[in-house]
Amino acid sequence: MLSVTETPARPKQTATVALRGATLRFGARELWAGLDLDVAPGEFVAVLGPNGSGKTSLLKVLLGLQRLTAGSVSVCGRTPRRGSDLVGYVPQQKAFDRDLPLRGRDLVRLGLDGHRWGTALPSRRARARVDRAIESVGATAFADAPLGLLSGGEQQRLRIAQALLGDPRVLLCDEPLLSLDLAHQQATSALIDARRRDAGTSVLFVTHEINPVLPLVDRVLYLVGGRWAIGTPDEVMTSSRLSSLYGTDVDVLRVRGRIVVVGAPDAAHGDPGGSHHHHPVDDDHDDAGERAWA
Amino acid sequence: MGLGDYLQLAFVQHALIAGGLVAIICGLIGPFVITRRAAFAVHGTAELSFTGAAAGLVVADDAVAGAFIGSIVVAAAIGMLSARERERDSAIGVILAFGLGVGVWLLGKYHGFTNAATNILFGYIFGVSNDQLWLLLGVAGGVLIAMTLLYRPLLFASVDPDVAEARGVRGRMVGLAFLMVLSLTVTAAAQIVGTLLVLSLAITPAAAAQRLSARPAMVTGLSILFALVSSLGGLLASLETPSVKASVWITTISFALYALARVAGARVIVRRRVVAPAPAPA
Repeated sequence: MLSVTETPARPKQTATVALRGATLRFGARELWAGLDLDVAPGEFVAVLGPNGSGKTSLLKVLLGLQRLTAGSVSVCGRTPRRGSDLVGYVPQQKAFDRDLPLRGRDLVRLGLDGHRWGTALPSRRARARVDRAIESVGATAFADAPLGLLSGGEQQRLRIAQALLGDPRVLLCDEPLLSLDLAHQQATSALIDARRRDAGTSVLFVTHEINPVLPLVDRVLYLVGGRWAIGTPDEVMTSSRLSSLYGTDVDVLRVRGRIVVVGAPDAAHGDPGGSHHHHPVDDDHDDAGERAWA
Repeated sequence: MGLGDYLQLAFVQHALIAGGLVAIICGLIGPFVITRRAAFAVHGTAELSFTGAAAGLVVADDAVAGAFIGSIVVAAAIGMLSARERERDSAIGVILAFGLGVGVWLLGKYHGFTNAATNILFGYIFGVSNDQLWLLLGVAGGVLIAMTLLYRPLLFASVDPDVAEARGVRGRMVGLAFLMVLSLTVTAAAQIVGTLLVLSLAITPAAAAQRLSARPAMVTGLSILFALVSSLGGLLASLETPSVKASVWITTISFALYALARVAGARVIVRRRVVAPAPAPA
């Protein structure tokens, strides 16, 4: 068990996300153990690691969808709870059917009250709120078009508006740049960056690829098969640190301001049976991500 | 006899009320059937209402009550056997095959008029009794209330399951509730157009509506309207043409509306493309 903590001491009450000795196990498989993490308001934490290392499961814990095996977790001082407005969620871009009967505006609106029972009544206040959120991400021009006809970048703008509607203190992003081209990657990450600077929203950003967000990253949480490391990119993204995390020789190169990791195994576990026992939801998700990168 | 004379007759009035109720609830669930890719669930539960009807005949000499109770059993069975979305169609296939076998066996045990069970395969709209009308009214009311309660979380879970789950929607529960509603609706519709033609009220109107609008409320409204026009139009037309059955007219009108919507919808899509401009460079 190797747990390398570089967390500067932060006053506990200001942390938006606090994990203490957090451990997650599915049967015999340990995703991570003894995880300590305090995320400050406005901080941008990139969550990196190979497939099946429990990145998405960490988000599920913070969303109140997954219980820890051991340890404690709090979001703004409270136990995470399903459907909380304290947390916003931005998923990866997905393909919507061309004739899906839903406009961009409707997708955003679902972020406001889509989880409540009943039927939404027309409300001027709700409409104004949705309009403001759409405007804040520069999506006004295409918000009334059918979702299925929008580009991946346009969709992700609306996703961010959807996630920000509840005015969250913590923004959880799960590979939101996946399958976007470079210009849309930059536009999407710029929106997330603006939000955390303007409103002090903490960002946990799960990604396979750190480079598109490297300038924004305050700290990196690197998960590998039960082990983890946290610190600034310069502290964590080094050959010696990643080699000890992976338990094999890994080279970290810096080329033209980009970080290139060479020799890291794709899967979190060396044992051949390991990857078949983990949580099905996490499994689907990480596999989907892997295919898209292949 | 002219159309005006027909409208004075109780059995015609019953048929129109029943046809209207069924059209409203079918049009209401239709958009969700398409978004959730549940067309096979509609087909499966429709055919299995034959088994429920046969069971009802054997046990209590009541095909309609049997069909409704059977539809709940079928929905629960499908829900239990398809824990994952992609298992659903195979689960329906398995239950459908076995259920039809059971239906044939049950019908063999019944010594009354088997018409009551086979009617449900083809519809017997002009034979709706007072009691059946009340039962239908109760089912339609239940479906309306359930869909009003379910509407938002069902829409969320149908179009955007991952984010819905993250926002606290219990997708599995909402999906199972919808399956129950769907099964009841389809069984009600089976009495009007027959199990084999249910798709013409539960899917075709919604498919047509989707070609014309991307607003969820507008699509639902158009879907109900198209279903009503098909159902009531088909019933009235069949009164004028004794040689052509009502179900033939209903399927024909709903298909014609779909064809028209496709032609008109192609132009709507082109216009929408213009509305959505390329994103500004960041």
